[in-house]
Amino acid sequence: MERIPILKMGDYLLVSIQVDMHDRLAMALQDDLTSRIVSAHAKGVLIDISALDMVDSFIGRMLGDIAAVSRVLDAETVVVGMRPAVAITLVELGLSLPGVCTALDIERGIALLRTRMYARGHDDAGSA
Amino acid sequence: MAKEGNLLNEVLQDENAVLQNWVQGQVSAPGFRSDRTSREELTEQARRFVPLLADAVKSETADVHAPAWSGVRQMLDEVSYERARQGFSPSETALFVLSLKQPLFERIRSTAGKDPDRVLAATWEVNAMLDKLGLYTMEVFQRGREGVIIRQQQELLELSTPVVTLWDGVLALPIIGTLDSARTQVVMESLLQRIVDTGAAIAIIDITGVPTVDTLTAQHLLKTVEAARLMGAECIISGIRPQIAQTIVHLGVDLGSVITKATLADAFAIAMKRLGLAVTRVQAPSRRRAPDDLESGSPSDRNER
Repeated sequence: MERIPILKMGDYLLVSIQVDMHDRLAMALQDDLTSRIVSAHAKGVLIDISALDMVDSFIGRMLGDIAAVSRVLDAETVVVGMRPAVAITLVELGLSLPGVCTALDIERGIALLRTRMYARGHDDAGSA
Repeated sequence: MAKEGNLLNEVLQDENAVLQNWVQGQVSAPGFRSDRTSREELTEQARRFVPLLADAVKSETADVHAPAWSGVRQMLDEVSYERARQGFSPSETALFVLSLKQPLFERIRSTAGKDPDRVLAATWEVNAMLDKLGLYTMEVFQRGREGVIIRQQQELLELSTPVVTLWDGVLALPIIGTLDSARTQVVMESLLQRIVDTGAAIAIIDITGVPTVDTLTAQHLLKTVEAARLMGAECIISGIRPQIAQTIVHLGVDLGSVITKATLADAFAIAMKRLGLAVTRVQAPSRRRAPDDLESGSPSDRNER
């Protein structure tokens, strides 16, 4: 069965979805990503969906789930590169992914994660 | 009935005589638009129309929507659409068919001779037929006009949603006019596309030009903001007038996490702050302006207003 590769970049994991997501593939990705966050001690997850031109409600929910799961595992999730048509579809479906951070491209996504971790690092130091 | 039909057929057989009178009648009518159409054009139209009419009359069906009349209807469609586009008035368009009455009546009188019953019956038939055709012309004319209006509406829709770049990374979308569903779709699409094209991180939606905001409009705005957020851009809504702010609160609309500002200048100031930019004065203000005026904002803010 085909799988979506998960790349490790320093403290972050990078997932670039470039094929049409069917439900089984989405479930597999969610499982893989969860175990990978733990094994790689990742602090952030970047999901690049710039190649996706169709997102249904299942994939939309999966993105929300991944964000929620990774937050539990102390990693921030940023969805990057969503296309306008996809954004409109999700909003019309009523899925505005409330818990998910978004960025226009990978570069800004990484910058966003950096500032988040920087802020959190200070918080940790303060509470310790 | 067949008898009158025969008389009509006879009348229409002598096409040239009808044609001459008809064209002459139209050209010499007081409302003739020599600027929009010419005698040659009219003659050409008449020459095509009379045989079609003669064929339709031969079929002996009085209903002008019947298949036998399709040739006539097609021709009238053409003429009406053309005239609607050229800016003829409704009555001028209807005159094309109605002006055929006089030459036909004359022909009936000269053909039927001294039989008043035949003349009357044939006249009545021609009258009814041409009135129906006249009404049909009006319907088509109306449709043509409506087509023009719809096209203009669409053009207006495209024109009235410009997305402007205020600064590198800051887009502004001044909305003017009522926001309905179709309009929101266009607004949303053009804004999101510009966000992709320019990579802007902040978009300011200015609703100074929106006359009223109801729950539906607010929902449309929120959708646009959400869609932009999903793509990774932040939206600020500005230009909320006092009455509109009251309406929004009275309607119980929850603008939630959306940043709202009273003026575009305020929104722009926030955008600059987000980007880590600041506006500073590099020169002492000129004396022409009143001192208190200068306290209210930086020069660039004023330019944005």
